Amino acid sequence: MARNGVGAWRRRSTDQFDGSHSSPCGSEEVHVLAVDDNLVDQKVIERLFKILSCKVTAVDSGIRALQFLGLDEEKTAGNLNGLKVDLIITDYCMPGMTGYELLKKIKESSALRDIPVVIMSSENVLARIDRCMAEGAEDFIGKPVKLSDVKRLKDFMTRDVVDRVRSDGGGTTQTRTRQEIFNVSSSSSSVFSAPSSSSGPTTPSRPPPLSVSSSKPMIEESHRHLNCIEEGDQQESSAKCILACSQR
Amino acid sequence: MDVAQLKRQLFEYTTLLFHEGFLDEQFTQLQQLQDENNPDFVVEVVSLFFDDSERLLNELATALDQQNIDFNKVDAHVHQLKGSSSSIGAQRVQRVCIAFRNSCQDKNVEGCLKCLQEVKHEYSLIKNKLEILFNLEKQILAAGGSPPV
Repeated sequence: MARNGVGAWRRRSTDQFDGSHSSPCGSEEVHVLAVDDNLVDQKVIERLFKILSCKVTAVDSGIRALQFLGLDEEKTAGNLNGLKVDLIITDYCMPGMTGYELLKKIKESSALRDIPVVIMSSENVLARIDRCMAEGAEDFIGKPVKLSDVKRLKDFMTRDVVDRVRSDGGGTTQTRTRQEIFNVSSSSSSVFSAPSSSSGPTTPSRPPPLSVSSSKPMIEESHRHLNCIEEGDQQESSAKCILACSQR
Repeated sequence: MDVAQLKRQLFEYTTLLFHEGFLDEQFTQLQQLQDENNPDFVVEVVSLFFDDSERLLNELATALDQQNIDFNKVDAHVHQLKGSSSSIGAQRVQRVCIAFRNSCQDKNVEGCLKCLQEVKHEYSLIKNKLEILFNLEKQILAAGGSPPV
C-alpha cells in the first residue's frame, strides 16, 4: 500500500471507497499509538486494539511517542513515518514525561492537535481527570483497561475517520468538532450523559468526555502518592465523584 | 487422565483461584483476548509479568537495603508492580501493593519491609498457581483437546 501523509484516508479505504462507509469494521484501519512504560500493560493494550482490527504502534515513553509523531527537538511535525495516527492512548504516570505532559505537547502542535488523545490511569483522581480533559484529552480510562473500554474508543474513532473521509474526500484532515459528532450520534452507547464536571475552570462549551470511567471506583486509593503528583491533586470524596462523573 | 477429566480439573482449579481471590475478572478478560490466531496470548502476558515482577522485587530489595531509603524510588517500583499485577488480574499481589504504597507514603521503613515480604509471598503463590494452570492446559492440548476459555 502506498504510504504518504496526504491522501492517507484514501489509502485506508482502498477497495470500498464509495463514500458510504457504514461498517466500522471496514477496510479503514484505525492506527493507534499506544504509550506505556509498563511492558505488561503495553502488550495488553496492543492486543485489545489489534483484536478490533486496529493497527498498533506501541512505545514506552512520551519522548519516543513524540519522535514517532515527528515532533522531537525541532518542534515541527514533518515526517509522520508515512503513517497517520488516528488515536493516541497514553498512560498518565510515566517516568520522564508524564501522559499529561505528552498531551500538552501534542495539543500545542498545529500538526498534531487534532489527533484525539486518551489518557489511562490506575488512579482516577478527579483533579487529574479534569486537568487532562481541560487540556483537550478525549477521554480518561481507568486501568486495568478492558475490551469494552477499547471498543467504545474504536467506535468513536472509526466514526471520526468516516466523517473525515466524507467531508473532504481525503485531501485534507479537517474534522467535525467532537460536539457535532456527539450530537449526531444516536446508536453508540458512548455518549456521556452526566453533567460535565464543574470542579475546574472548564469552558461551558467544551463537549463532555465520552466517559470518564468504567465501573471502577473513582478513587482507588485514599492517599496521594509520591509519583506523578501534580499541583492541584487533591483527595476528593466519593460523593462528589458520583455527582461529577457517570459510572458505567 | 482423559481430556474430559483434565478439563474438569482445569475448570475446578481456575474456579478455586477466583474464589480464593488469587485472580480477578481481569484474568478472564485476558483469556477472552486469546483465540486460535493468538493461542499463547495469556501465557505470553503472564510470562512478561513474571519477568517484570522478579526484576521489580530485586530492585525493591536493593532499594530498601540502603542506608537512606529513597521512598520515591521504592514507590515507583511498587507502582509498576501494582500496575502489572492489576493488568493480569493478580488480585492479591495488587492488594499488597496498595498497602505497600501507603507505607512508602508514610515513609515507614518497617511497614515497607513487611510489605516486601508479603508481596514476595503473594507473588510466589500466584506464580506457582498459574504455572499449575498452564500445565493443565498443556496436558489438555497434548491429550488432543482444546483448553476451554
